[in-house]
Amino acid sequence: MSDKNKRELVVSAIENGTVIDHIPAGEVYKVVKILSLDMYEDEVLIGTNLSSKKYGKKGIIKVKNKFFEENDVNKIALIAPNATLIVIKDYEVVEKRKLEIPSTIKQIVKCINPNCITNIEDNIETNFTVVDKDPLKLQCHYCEKTMTNIRFNE
Amino acid sequence: MANLKGKNLISITDYTKQEYIQILDLAAEFEKNPKQPILSDKVVASIFFEPSTRTRLSFESAANMLGARVIGFSNPSATSLQKGESLHDTIQMVSSYSDLIVMRHPRDGASRYASEVASVPVINAGDGANQHPTQCMLDLYSIRKTQGTLDNLQITMVGDLKYGRTVHSLVQAMCNFNATFHFVSPVELQMPSSVKMHIQKMGLKYYEYTNLEDIVPFSDIIYMTRIQRERFSDPLEYEKVKDCYILDAATLQGCKPTMKVLHPLPRVNEIAMDVDKTPYAYYFQQARNGVYVRQALMAAILGVK
Repeated sequence: MSDKNKRELVVSAIENGTVIDHIPAGEVYKVVKILSLDMYEDEVLIGTNLSSKKYGKKGIIKVKNKFFEENDVNKIALIAPNATLIVIKDYEVVEKRKLEIPSTIKQIVKCINPNCITNIEDNIETNFTVVDKDPLKLQCHYCEKTMTNIRFNE
Repeated sequence: MANLKGKNLISITDYTKQEYIQILDLAAEFEKNPKQPILSDKVVASIFFEPSTRTRLSFESAANMLGARVIGFSNPSATSLQKGESLHDTIQMVSSYSDLIVMRHPRDGASRYASEVASVPVINAGDGANQHPTQCMLDLYSIRKTQGTLDNLQITMVGDLKYGRTVHSLVQAMCNFNATFHFVSPVELQMPSSVKMHIQKMGLKYYEYTNLEDIVPFSDIIYMTRIQRERFSDPLEYEKVKDCYILDAATLQGCKPTMKVLHPLPRVNEIAMDVDKTPYAYYFQQARNGVYVRQALMAAILGVK
């Protein structure tokens, strides 16, 4: 079997679901964790340290019968901004897109400032402006602190 | 002229350069004639979730001089917050009783959040370590009044430049006016790199010093700040730096005749009493200017000027 065929098998052998490709090899398990795929009950295939022409080594995650909401897609984009999201229905690729870090990020990220009102009062949706994409730098809409270490809301 | 009616003031970046100038011009009118009953049909809520006597009295005095009725609290322990009421509910309740909310809160970002919940405009009177925009506006007013302009000035800032929010906001605002900045502080309390990067981004210059005397003769404004004990986890560190910059009359010899010393107050010992008698002392007038600036803001935001 040629390399191309082998690669296609890895990516497309799923009837319905989502493939997250081109994840930096070191970030694969982080993506698994933030999407809570360790708790997911259907099939999840995780590949890491696969050879990639573009990135040297890459990771890939295939999740059967799962179609991610925008919030989850944004979480992936924050960890693996160059990843590709492939949506598969009936073995066909119905959507393939390169992820992009959005200009604002609501709800999913926690402010790093312990005195920020979003960490004190209940029910305030966090809201960040992306001030820099590489390296990633966010500014809290409320306390105006900038941060480079991203923590996700539970 | 911009219409500021209904516009919140939470952060110094919420207003444009033209809008600051509009407020400063209006404040100058109020300085000439501070007692006018133009807000006699308005209710201003002054809600202070932490004590700040100076800021509260300045706002309340400004509102009273314009004839507004003032409601509110200066101590959250006497309110429903003690019963566990959320900030959301408190703000909703207060906005149904008032035309404008002036709010101080110990948490960063609380005023921005309140402005999103309230049905009336909110003026931030300080949110934690974040912003205190009316202090910045009164600083601008004082600088323009004493120097005749805001443009092309040599601004020296002294003391705690790391944690002092007033100096961070003032740098941000003065970047609109082609200022050159001189920062005098102990190494431990230097201006944060984010502020210095902002200056560079704006194409302006800053210089850092550890010795105050070097820069006195070149300064148009010397902005003194207090080194706050509560910023230090190690009391020995505080002892080491607390008295490192004491401005006295002798230090001011050779300064420009138009130079003025500003300070957000309260001072401890960083400005010696002998400076008070010199023509360079401006910190008490600076505090007084706060009333006019707050009058201007309230009148503009309530749409009566």
